[in-house]
Amino acid sequence: MSEVVDARGLSCPQPVLVMLQKIEAMGSGKVDILVDTETSMENVSRAAGAKGWSVNVVSESDEEYRIELSKG
Amino acid sequence: MKNFFSSRMGIICVGLVIGLFASLLQYWGNPGNMGICVACFERDIAGAIGMHRAGVVQYIRPEIIGFVLGAMIAAFAAKDFRPRAGSAPVVRFVLGAFAMIGALVFLGCPWRAVLRLAGGDLNAVIGLLGLVVGIGIGTIFFKQGYSLGRSNKTYTSVGLLMPLLMIGLLALAFLYPPIMGEAKSGVLFYSLKGPGAMHAPLLASLGIGLLVGVLAQRSRFCTMGAVRDLLLFKQVHLLSGFLALLVAAFVMNLVLGQFNLGFEGQPVAHTQSLWNFMGMVLAGLCFALAGGCPGRQLFMAGEGDGDASVFVFGMIVGAAFAHNFGLASSPKGVGPHGIAAVFIGLAVCLFIGFTMRKKA
Repeated sequence: MSEVVDARGLSCPQPVLVMLQKIEAMGSGKVDILVDTETSMENVSRAAGAKGWSVNVVSESDEEYRIELSKG
Repeated sequence: MKNFFSSRMGIICVGLVIGLFASLLQYWGNPGNMGICVACFERDIAGAIGMHRAGVVQYIRPEIIGFVLGAMIAAFAAKDFRPRAGSAPVVRFVLGAFAMIGALVFLGCPWRAVLRLAGGDLNAVIGLLGLVVGIGIGTIFFKQGYSLGRSNKTYTSVGLLMPLLMIGLLALAFLYPPIMGEAKSGVLFYSLKGPGAMHAPLLASLGIGLLVGVLAQRSRFCTMGAVRDLLLFKQVHLLSGFLALLVAAFVMNLVLGQFNLGFEGQPVAHTQSLWNFMGMVLAGLCFALAGGCPGRQLFMAGEGDGDASVFVFGMIVGAAFAHNFGLASSPKGVGPHGIAAVFIGLAVCLFIGFTMRKKA
């Protein structure tokens, strides 16, 4: 079971900020980030990818994305 | 389907298109180095509907209307229209008002700052430095847990209000077109001279506004985010779009003979460097704390973000205050109370930044 960070409803740049704080604290492993806008989904995916994490986006519904991040 | 505009090449293309058309809008009649200026144009709208009575800056700018409606069309087409609201709206209103006041001390928003630079106005370099410092202060607050809180999903009608309001403004512009030599047409005020009297043809302005609205909604183009992401995340994604705008406008200005290098005699600009700098520190900090540049706030308002709409209203009301209270600068220099307003605005921003932090 991955850890989950809920970034829904947060505006820029907070979804990316909370995601980066989480993966930097973890170093490696698995974590899911929840967001509710396409903008946040793109921004989080782009920033996590740049840090060397593999990114898998799952559309939970029209209004929500679960971004599955993993490393190592 | 992958969104092309979210790629590096996508955002560069969007920046190039905006820079190209901004330069052309000036060529077709918009004021000098003001092909597009979100702050100035919202200020002109405030004047056109009589919220301030600065006679030289009164015009319903169709570009602003196009930005919102274009973003709305793009958002619906891409199933990306997300009605949401409720993230500290009153704070966003106040930030919008002071962002406008700061921008009017400098005489331009971040969009116009790069367009001024692209036209050879070196005062813009000082303004852009101020912008970077203001955004830099904002990123420090974000690192310390600053947050305006979460927004919530809401009714579609909430997200439609700003686009509907823009349609209303457009209807007024069509109902009461300018009359030669008259400062008023129906309920609308018009400028007989000054920047408010200079504008590209309505349909050209509206069409380009719509195009920019569509492209910017898909690409998330943001001039504040360009600097913020560099400082906060060392990311250059948005910055590459911002720089593309600068390059395209610069080249087009050379081609069209609109480039004039120097500090003195620049259109709709003053040379008081300290206040060019400080005005943009205030504006940059407000945009950073509110999560988007003035253009981005319009695009978000078009895609259903009620909080961004409140920021836009704050900017329009701030413009009214700026001209009614003598806070706005003119080519002669800062207004009689502009300096006091910058300090009050910075104090308000620090109050917001220090007190709205989540405890770790």
